[in-house]
Amino acid sequence: MRPEQGRPTRGGTDRESDGADAAGEVIPIHTGADVSRVRRVATAAMATIGASKIETTRMVTAASELARNTLEHGGGGEMRIAIVGRMSKRKVEMTFIDQGPGIPDIHRALTDGYSTGGGLGLGLSGAKRLCKEFEIKSAPGEGTIVKVASWTERP
Amino acid sequence: MTHYLEPSRIPIFQIGDCLLLTIQVDLEDRMIMTLKDDLAERIAKSHAKGVLIDISALDVVDSFIGRMLANISAIARILDASTVIVGMRPAVAITLVELGMSLQGVRTALDVDRGMELIRRDTSEEAGRLHEA
Ligand SMILES: Nc1ncnc2c1ncn2[C@@H]1O[C@H](COP(=O)(O)OP(=O)(O)OP(=O)(O)O)[C@@H](O)[C@H]1O
Ligand SMILES: [Mg+2]
Repeated sequence: MRPEQGRPTRGGTDRESDGADAAGEVIPIHTGADVSRVRRVATAAMATIGASKIETTRMVTAASELARNTLEHGGGGEMRIAIVGRMSKRKVEMTFIDQGPGIPDIHRALTDGYSTGGGLGLGLSGAKRLCKEFEIKSAPGEGTIVKVASWTERP
Repeated sequence: MTHYLEPSRIPIFQIGDCLLLTIQVDLEDRMIMTLKDDLAERIAKSHAKGVLIDISALDVVDSFIGRMLANISAIARILDASTVIVGMRPAVAITLVELGMSLQGVRTALDVDRGMELIRRDTSEEAGRLHEA
């Protein structure tokens, strides 16, 4: 895994270099700027696997929702992103990890409109709809892990 | 055309009684909060009748930004200005719907010209009503 390089995250000028190698990166999530960074790194990873525009938008939107949950509900944490698979099927995997309060009722948290923080309650359920793969592990006092993935297939 | 620019703020331009702003970069949460305040003040000060928000450069609109766009429209409406969001990319529209955000109460147009046209129509309808009354 490549260590974080702590580049400045503002603006769009470092968009290219940010994602030159998005495989096996760990992005800390402790500020709003980190959430932007997660979006940029996710965008670059989807470009690397040659994902379509719409698939990229889906995955980056999901990343944005999950990163914000990590920040706001989980009290901060990190995203791990990796590109796995061979030429015929390349996959972007993103895992959001925090050691926050955890989710007592996952089923309820995944219901559209359910929010404990005055949000719209669409982030988690929306991310599940937007990604090809979605997995969540959480328990009270044990933090939360959400793993999502998308891929491209070439004949 | 007057304009107003500060570092890390989104510039707001005025054309006639219309305010125009273009969101060009991936927005940080803090920036859009500032934008909300700036815009409310500008509408009140300039007596603008319309607000055009060009999001054609945005490749992602998540629930946070979606909610802020809806908030901005609501605030503008109370200040007697109508808001039109212009230039939403097709992939963004699809994703917003899949996310479950219908952006109710937010008006959209394909481009700035059509957005302007919508606002112009609003303003003249209102003028017509006032005239009849
Ligand atoms: N990482 C997390 N740690 C603890 N609780 C979480 C976490 N992620 C989600 N939750 C819980 O699940 C609920 C639903 O999350 P979801 O993202 O759908 O809505 P929200 O964040 O409250 O609002 P929105 O995302 O629409 O602004 C949250 O209100 C919160 O209670
Ligand atoms: Mg959320």
